[in-house]
Order: sequence, then C-alpha cells, then structure tokens
Amino acid sequence: MPMTEQATGAHHPQPRPRNGGLQQSPTEHVTGAQSLIRSLEEVGVDTVFGIPGGTILPAYDPMMDSTRVRHVLVRHEQGAGHAATGYAQATGKVGVCMATSGPGATNLVTPIADANMDSVPLVAITGQVVSAAIGTDAFQEADIVGITMPITKHSFLVTRAEEIPRVIAEAFHIASTGRPGPVLVDIPKDILQTKTTFSWPPAVELPGYRPVTKPHAKQIREAARLITSAKRPVLYVGGGVLKANATAELKVLAELTGAPVTTTLMALGAFPDSHQQHLGMPGMHGSVAAVTALQKADLIVALGARFDDRVTGKLDSFAPHAKIVHADIDPAEIGKNREADVPIVGDAREVIADLVQAVQKEHSEGHRADLGAWWADLDRWRQNYPLGYELPADGSLSPQQVIERIGQLAPEGTIFTAGVGQHQMWAAHFLQHESPATWLNSGGAGTMGYAVPAAMGAKAGRPERAVWAIDGDGCFQMTNQELTTCALNNIPIKVAVINNGALGMVRQWQTLFYNQRYSNTVLHSGPGADQKGPSAGTRVPDFVKLSEAMGCYAIRCESPEDLDKVIEEANSINDRPVVVDFIVHEDAMVWPMVAAGTSNDEIMAARDVRPDFGDNEE
Amino acid sequence: MSKHTLSVLVQNTPGILARIAALFSRRGFNIDSLAVGVTEHPDISRITIVVGVEDLPLEQVTKQLNKLVNVLKIVELDPVQSVRRQLVLVKVRADNETRSQITQIVDLFRAKTVDVSPEAVTIEATGGSDKLEAMLRMLEPYGIKELVQSGTIAIGRGARSITDRSLRAVERAS
Repeated sequence: MPMTEQATGAHHPQPRPRNGGLQQSPTEHVTGAQSLIRSLEEVGVDTVFGIPGGTILPAYDPMMDSTRVRHVLVRHEQGAGHAATGYAQATGKVGVCMATSGPGATNLVTPIADANMDSVPLVAITGQVVSAAIGTDAFQEADIVGITMPITKHSFLVTRAEEIPRVIAEAFHIASTGRPGPVLVDIPKDILQTKTTFSWPPAVELPGYRPVTKPHAKQIREAARLITSAKRPVLYVGGGVLKANATAELKVLAELTGAPVTTTLMALGAFPDSHQQHLGMPGMHGSVAAVTALQKADLIVALGARFDDRVTGKLDSFAPHAKIVHADIDPAEIGKNREADVPIVGDAREVIADLVQAVQKEHSEGHRADLGAWWADLDRWRQNYPLGYELPADGSLSPQQVIERIGQLAPEGTIFTAGVGQHQMWAAHFLQHESPATWLNSGGAGTMGYAVPAAMGAKAGRPERAVWAIDGDGCFQMTNQELTTCALNNIPIKVAVINNGALGMVRQWQTLFYNQRYSNTVLHSGPGADQKGPSAGTRVPDFVKLSEAMGCYAIRCESPEDLDKVIEEANSINDRPVVVDFIVHEDAMVWPMVAAGTSNDEIMAARDVRPDFGDNEE
Repeated sequence: MSKHTLSVLVQNTPGILARIAALFSRRGFNIDSLAVGVTEHPDISRITIVVGVEDLPLEQVTKQLNKLVNVLKIVELDPVQSVRRQLVLVKVRADNETRSQITQIVDLFRAKTVDVSPEAVTIEATGGSDKLEAMLRMLEPYGIKELVQSGTIAIGRGARSITDRSLRAVERAS
C-alpha cells in the first residue's frame, strides 16, 4: 500500500538544536534582544515579516547581524501578519511576524484573528512599553495580550529576560502542534535591553498542553463498521487533512471505500479535483453534487472539518439522515455544531491510516456495502448540474473565464492565493486543485485584502514556485502596498485583479435580496462617472499606473481575444512582480448558491434554477 | 437550566483568570459564581466555577476550557459526592427590640455575630446556597443594609484528591 510513514503528529516540536544532537549549547552572555534572535535562529526561523518601531527597536539591532534570519520590511503590519500566514500555509512551517507596541501590534490583530480561524501556525512577536510603564497609558502602549486573548491559541507577556528562549520554544511548539494556531509573544523594551544568558535548548514547561494525536482504537473500529455498512457515505474533508499532511492516506481511504469525497474551501487540493470520486466543494457556494450528497447521505465521515455554518447552511436541516463520524485533533470541535455518533480525537493522518487498516479488516470479513445506486444518483447530479458559467453577451471579459485560463496556463505547482468575495469562489470553482499547499485563502475569517500579502509570504517561503494572487478590485485596494515590498525584496509574485468595479459579492446579494439597490458597492463611481455601470466609471485608481509606481510590471486586459496572450506575458516575467488588471463584466454571479440562513435543500444551481432531485413527489 | 460546579486546576500564571472569564463571556455562558485560591501546591490555583447550563453546552465549555494552555485539569463535582460552601457577611438593621430575635436566627443557622452596633449587627454565615438563602429570607424583614457573598468553593468527599496527578505533571515540568 502506498502509505507514507506514520506521523506522530502534524508537526514535530521544533525546539531542537540544528545539529540534531541534544546536548546543551554553551552559555552565551547576551542581551534580551540577542537572546530573542538567537532563539529564533535555533527554532529554525529563516524569514520574519515586520516593521520596527520604538519598543521593538532593540530586537532589530541583532537582527541586522543574523545570517540565518531574513527580515522582510513590509509596508503595513497587517501585511506582515498575512505574509507570515501565507508563508506558513505554503511551507508547513511556522510563520513569524514582528511589530512594535501600540498601533504596530494592533495592526496585527486582523491577521492573528485570520490565522486563528484557519488554524495557521503563526508566532507574532511584539514590542511592549518598558515594564515600569505598563498600565500607565504610556506612548504607544496597547494591552495586546489582552486584545488578542480571544483570537490566539496562547499568548505570553515576557517578564524576565532569561525566560526568552523558553517562551520562544514554547510559542513555536504550541503554534505548530495539535490544532495549529497563532501565538503572541509580547516583550517589554527593558527586557530586550537587559543582560542575560542564552543556552539552547531550553526546558519546555507545558504541563497543561497535551494534544491527543493517537485515535482511540475502539472508535476507529466503530467508524470502520459504519463506513463499510453505509449505503450513502460521504467523506467530508476539511483543512485539518492538509495540516496533518494526510493527503496520501486520504487517497488510499477514498479508493478503498469507494466513497465520494467533498473538500471544503480550506481543504481544496487535499484530494485531486480530477479524481473520479471527487464531488467538489460543499457549502453555500458548493457544487450541487457535493451539497446534495451531504444532504442525502446516510453517513458523513468528517475528517479535520468543523461543520462550519458556510458548509451546513441551516444547521437543523443539514444532512438529516446521516450518522456522523467526526475526527478532529481539537476535541472541542466534536459535537460543537453537529452531534457525532462516533467521535474520534486525533491527528488526521493517524486517524485515516488507522481507518484504512480497520476498513481493510472489515472488507476481509466480507463487510462491504454496494454503492452502485448511490453513485448512480451522484453521477446524475453532477452531470445535470456541473459548475459552469455563461460568457457575457456584450463580448466583455468573463471573470470566471479569466480565472480558469490563469489556472490552465500557470506552470505546474503554482501556488494560488485569493482574497474574499466572488473572485475567491470562482477561484475555488474554476482553478484545478490537484495538490496540497497550492491554495491559500482566508476561509474562516473572510479577510478581504488577504491575497497580495499572503502571496508575498508564500513566494518568500517557496521562491522556486510561481505564485498567483487572484484578487478582487475591492480587496486589492486594502493591501496592495505590499507590492512595493515585493518589488524591493525580489519577491516576484503575480496578481490578477478581477476588476468588476464593485464589491462584487455584496453587489450580488443586493441584486438577489435588496431589489438591485446598489448601496455603496460601486467602487468606481464619483464625479465624472457615467451612471450606466461600475466598469464604465472613473477608473480611479488606475491599477496599471498604481502598480507601475510600486515597481511592478503592469498590464490591462479588457477583451477575451487578449486573454491568453496577457496571461502568458505575465507568466514569462519573473524578475519583478506582475499585476494584470482584468476588466471583467460586473453582473457575473457566483452559482450555485444556498441563501444565508436557509437549508441546503434550497440550493439554487443558477438564478431561479432549483435542481430537480426527482423527490418532489415525496 | 441546571447548575454545575466545575473545579478547574490552573497553573498560577498572570492573566489566567482573565482568560477563563473571557472564554465564558465569549462563548455566551453565564458564570453564577467564581472563587479562586491557591492550592496545597503554590504553583497551582483552583478555580471553582458554578455555571447554569444544559449538559451539551457544559461539555462544550469544558472542552474549550481544557484548550487553555494553563489549565491543568477540570472536574465537575457531583452535588451528592461533594461538599460545597459559600461565605456571606450580612449587615442587618437591629435595635434593642429586634436584636435578640436576630440573634436567635443567627443561632438557628449556626451563623456568627461578628460585629454589633446600636443600629445594626453584622453576621457571618457559611453553608450551601440553600441554607444561606433561607437565612437571608429570615433576616430580610429586619432590613438588610449590606450583603457580601463569596463564590462557592467545593471539594469531593472521600480520600481521593483531584490535585494529585496534576501536581505530578507540574513537578515533572519544573
């Protein structure tokens, strides 16, 4: 069986000397700041995204001398946070960002919240005002530990310089193990300036932190029994499978059971889109086949997924006939939204590997259900309601086609990032997701502005790969300043601005639910704009000029005839960032759609098209 | 809605109470009472939380609490298999006519008079919440001028200790 070695967890704890030995390094006499940089080096950090400022300043002095840590000077701390997230998602390592106290730290709040929702391993290091000034409303003071408490996995306020190596080791251990997440380390300026000693590795003291990775054998057996007896099973795969590096195991399990697979927005690439058993993405904008499969299933096997409301729709009518096997490394996810019949706490890779063996045993005992009738239904749904789009009648560019062609013309192994909105859903639908760690987006938090800085982080971590950011014109205007960072630091990403002149997803809801009253969603209107539509607006800002000003190569594409030529041109330029302003039709909509707050049974395949499941006579 | 008493053993680190209180409010649970104090091990504190929730949300809040890195252990104390106590200090209006009646009530509930002045007596009482509520009902007609109540603390009956294993884990780490 093509099974990779059994993992003991998603990631190995990193606090270990680089030479692999366990002997203690000789004690060095250093400042707190030097201790911090030495700790980052020892824990294996090669890239830090950040901006210096008053209180973190001491740390930037030894940073200048470090040959192992590269610091990328970003233009806004939010960019540093998302870049660290993109780096982490593309490399599987912990992403690191750094900022000064007060506004520097609070600018990290959004990316920290984002990483928390998407379980991304992130360590944020912030300067804090000197210990004696804490609590006095000192200049650039913010209680960042307090502010980020609900959006971090854990946080530290360092109170003594000698704690720094231990705190950094613990921060990286907590961020990267169990259910990964963001950890904040806040260090007062005087602690960075204090004389102390440094020795590695430090003793890690986390008696209250014991993630369970090994699944319970009895639960695995019970799950295997259900899987092999179910007549309408579905494997519901979430981002946890990617984080656990369990995609090889997943393929084995899927092919062994013959069950259909649906991958959530966070799990695209965990199972090849091209695989015959793949139904597509579930949820509000999922494929009809995937949404319907879950609704009609008699067994849902949730692997590293959390029954998010965007997947389930109205919870009490979600998958009414299904028994639930729910495997997750976070016990609190199990039973949170949907009660589990078989709860399994464990690392997805270990769970799936064990499930494979348990299912094989059931098979060898002759237990195997016939899925023929189920597949007949599934095939009918996906044949009748495939994902698709119509080209605009006026000959303008179709956003879906732009995204689809970028995907088809991109070199193998290209990493895609997306912002949030229509373009994100189209990228989910029309890019071909074949391999892990090639699709980065903000799923849980839905952070507009994620794409450009995340692409920067991904490219910094995987310089050998092409990185395309699929962005909307609304998103792009939130974080495009990081293109300057990319241009100056040799991080040649490519950005496709899917420019429909509007906040497209909100506009879509206004079209469908607010009688086409487009309140504050047209981005281009203003003095001089005609009132016909957003694309015919003022073209302020001019994204080509803007991008050129930031040191990028920039192209505009307005016509379908130029599409392939422009994409190929963008692909051929690798010495600087490339931005393509694709002027697309503003009325394109994302389909299928389950309206918010309604049952997944109410899925619309397209506007006014409710799929016929042949059950209307019931 | 049923009341549940959770004993939460935590590492004695700054901010842990804020983390726990914030978690309850963020996840939409109401704390009825909360009491914190250090245990027989100076590095471990014990937080006793009384919370009114149904069984399913209780499971969720327990799991979420368990995810806090400084939380070592959570035990729900069974009402029958545990002893719970609350302390109240209550200042009751009293004059020469009513003072002896109030003292009688104090004796009845095995409470103590801890301060007397011409216009008031201050009473200290410990016990379960039922007993204390009954006592306060009896005192109310005389006029309660001021009332202070501690959170409930609770301990399991019998020889077993819930701190034993957590203590070993902390000692191993340090």
